[in-house]
Amino acid sequence: MARSGQVGSRWTGRLLDLYAGLVLLYLFLPIFVIVSYSFNKPAGKFNFVWKSFSLDAWRDPFLYPALVDAMKLSLKVAAVSTSVSVVFGSLIALALCRYTWKGAGPVNLLLVLPLTTPEVVLGSSLLSLFLQVNAPTGFWTVVIAHIMFSVSYVALTVKARIRGFDWTLEEAAMDLGAPPFRTVFKVTLPLIAPGIAAAGMLSFALSLDDFIITLFNAGNQVTYPLYVYGARRAAFPPQINVLATTILVGSLILLGITVLWQNRTMKEAMTK
Amino acid sequence: MAGIAAGGGRRSPVAPYLLVAPGVLWLLAFYVIPTVTLARTSFGPADAAWYDGYQRAFTDYGVHLGRSFGYALSATLVCVLLGYPLAYAIAFRAGKYKNFLLGLVILPFFTTFLVRTFAWKTILNDGGIVVQTLGMIGLLPEEGRLLNTVWAVIGGLSYNFLPFMILPIYVSLEKIDRKLTEAANDLYCNAGQAFRKVVLPLSMPGVLAGSLLTFIPATGDFINAELLGSPNQKMLGSVIQGQFLQVRDYSLAASLSFVLMVIITILVLLYARALGTEELA
Repeated sequence: MARSGQVGSRWTGRLLDLYAGLVLLYLFLPIFVIVSYSFNKPAGKFNFVWKSFSLDAWRDPFLYPALVDAMKLSLKVAAVSTSVSVVFGSLIALALCRYTWKGAGPVNLLLVLPLTTPEVVLGSSLLSLFLQVNAPTGFWTVVIAHIMFSVSYVALTVKARIRGFDWTLEEAAMDLGAPPFRTVFKVTLPLIAPGIAAAGMLSFALSLDDFIITLFNAGNQVTYPLYVYGARRAAFPPQINVLATTILVGSLILLGITVLWQNRTMKEAMTK
Repeated sequence: MAGIAAGGGRRSPVAPYLLVAPGVLWLLAFYVIPTVTLARTSFGPADAAWYDGYQRAFTDYGVHLGRSFGYALSATLVCVLLGYPLAYAIAFRAGKYKNFLLGLVILPFFTTFLVRTFAWKTILNDGGIVVQTLGMIGLLPEEGRLLNTVWAVIGGLSYNFLPFMILPIYVSLEKIDRKLTEAANDLYCNAGQAFRKVVLPLSMPGVLAGSLLTFIPATGDFINAELLGSPNQKMLGSVIQGQFLQVRDYSLAASLSFVLMVIITILVLLYARALGTEELA
């Protein structure tokens, strides 16, 4: 009986692998298109149909100043909002993991709520606030919005990484005469740094990619996703694909570095 | 050991409050208060009845509301059907390639959401390989095309939110103790029974979390409908965006937004209760 079960499960297992492989292929289909169409020489203004191979877009990635400006703006927004949300979020994660206190439940709820609200609701409610107080929308309102949705992601990511840490190390440092300030920099920060780095990358990526909330609060500012959105009407040059491919490769490299770094700090922590 | 936690608490009872203060104040100012102003805006200008926006929301845009939930539900189902087997294969069959495969699942989402959706436009294009192949095997929908149909919109929604389904299911499958399936086999369960009686129930929290993470953003999304659909597939998000930013009928736009939020909250609570799990977070 057991044997016949195994024979059956071997075949279902193969089928399952095949199915899983096809789903993975489905996930990558648009990526193949994005990368290969960066080498396209489109017939008209819109890079949606394959015509012929060309390196033109890669040779001249900065041909469209509006696209370059949009990318610069997106990077600026992502840098500012990430640096603020990483601090806010990590502090919340520390408070939730290190202390047992009454506020933990409500704070957890407040962190999850923005994640269970559709972006269109988040964007429109923020805009209704800005309209009510007559605040002009632009760079700073976008930054405010991005910090708002990033704080939750940062806090939850850092929390997941540092849960179950051995906080007695801090007390040991203090017992050995280290002042609190030194303890924070020599013990606490190195312990939680990999978690913070991961959360920072996530926050940066989310900010760079955000479209809906930004659309509501950008005023006349044009971020990279907003430029791409507008491109559906005016022109969709292959330079957009070049930038998308560059972002993909760049994040791959960053991801590789953090994984290596995390493995190293883990090993160091183990050997010590 | 209990002394550690107490020791942390004893050191300074205000410390956690100080630590969370900046982030929590930010969320209060830019998440909680805006929700209140959204509600106030929805009750509209003084010269109209307070429920005017809501009335128009249901009479004029009920169809968009229903469509948004219908599409989101379909996309969530597609995501379960595509995502569960993949998550299962990674958790139980991938061995040392587990992390590599998980990386592959996330990798496509490092390219911009909008560029990815534009790529689907190219893939589903009328003269493209996909449409031709489906036409040859007679699976093409009756419109004779894929782009600008409901199929493309649901397909796009499923694609864009699939990782949010795969990752939570993977996490819950990964946690299952292998001894349980071995025990089921020892007790003469065949592979199918062991899956139905042991693995599937234990992975339900993951399916629940994944469904919420897919369904909620899908209801509010309008990019897939705008880029891959025709005006016949217009979703509620498009209406809210247009009313807020172009028509500037703030009362109607805020009503629509508020209705969307309330319905989602109710559905989420009902769903969580039906599946009998409290760990929504």
